[in-house]
Amino acid sequence: MPCSEKIVQWMHNYLDGDIQKEEEQQLRSHIQQCEACREHFYELKKTAAFVENVSHFIPSDDFVKKVMYNLPREKRRVRWKRWFTHHPFLTAASLFILLSTSSLWAVWQEDNEFSFSKQEHLIVQNHTVIVPEGKVVEGDIVVRNGNIKIEGEVHGNVTVINGHKYLASAGEVTGQIEEVNEVFDWIWYNVKRVGYNIAKTLTK
Amino acid sequence: MDMFIKQRIKAIKKGDQSAFADIVEMYKDKIYQLCYRMLGNRHEAEDAAQEAFIRAYVNIHTYDPTMKFSSWLYRIATNLSIDRIRKKKPDVYLDAEVSGTDGLTLYSQLADESASPEDALESLELQQMVQEAILKLPEKYRTVIVLKYIDELSLQEISDILNLPIGTVKTRIHRGREALRKHLGHL
Repeated sequence: MPCSEKIVQWMHNYLDGDIQKEEEQQLRSHIQQCEACREHFYELKKTAAFVENVSHFIPSDDFVKKVMYNLPREKRRVRWKRWFTHHPFLTAASLFILLSTSSLWAVWQEDNEFSFSKQEHLIVQNHTVIVPEGKVVEGDIVVRNGNIKIEGEVHGNVTVINGHKYLASAGEVTGQIEEVNEVFDWIWYNVKRVGYNIAKTLTK
Repeated sequence: MDMFIKQRIKAIKKGDQSAFADIVEMYKDKIYQLCYRMLGNRHEAEDAAQEAFIRAYVNIHTYDPTMKFSSWLYRIATNLSIDRIRKKKPDVYLDAEVSGTDGLTLYSQLADESASPEDALESLELQQMVQEAILKLPEKYRTVIVLKYIDELSLQEISDILNLPIGTVKTRIHRGREALRKHLGHL
């Protein structure tokens, strides 16, 4: 057993690096003389060394992943914001695509009314435009949201948007005849028309 | 370093989770070590350490920047470990897995040519004895001893983490060390 509480206190203070110079000197000189205290101090130092040098384990490799997976979901706004700031080009591109498709869609949805190009001789029955037998229509015909039945002759192009064409055996179309039923066809049709118009203005 | 942590915390407060991954990466070893020494079981330590980080994330708004961030994390992990110790049945230790052995197999020790098998076994046994001695400490002594030795924390830091007067921390370390000496001093 060590001699006194005070000595033991100093030993601990020493191990904590929290001892006055004077006390340390007194402790040293006491330990040199007293075997019990020397033994006690040695055991304490050994114990501290054991605990300090106990081998360190590391957590599993996917520790970070597991923690992140278990976090409450972050605010949507932040996630989008981060994505946008990290991908400025994609952000611009997707914004452009979004805007252009939505406007196209709106236009496609908008004109769902039955309409057709005014030409001579045409007869209309229940959303069906008829080119009567024996008649000749001079010019192009465009029918929207309806059908066309060609029994006579058309000297020009025929285009049916969102509908069907019926060509009778006696019917004749000198130009192109086209059905446009899907939004992509429609886009393509518009693109072609713009191109055609440009070409026409250029050749004038 | 401090600047880096401050930035991360700012980002986390705005709700940016990816910033938190850096924090976990930085402190995971220390926090895991703390939980392991407190609980004496790798599986439980892993679980507790993860929970500690999740709690830190959820409560990041309560973090007071005048405190060291690591101290704040240690505080969360310590409280959590103590909760878990208290929830355990007192007789759990008797048949708990022998601490300090899992992950350290005899084979892995033998593969290390610098140590002879006898030495390896001896150190393995010593590891177990140290961990068992720590686990035998009452929680208030165990906490201060673990904090002191896993990260060489100063008395002031331990007093901040546990929110205890420095004198109390000292007394507890001294008593804890005396208790450990009884188990380990004769080796």
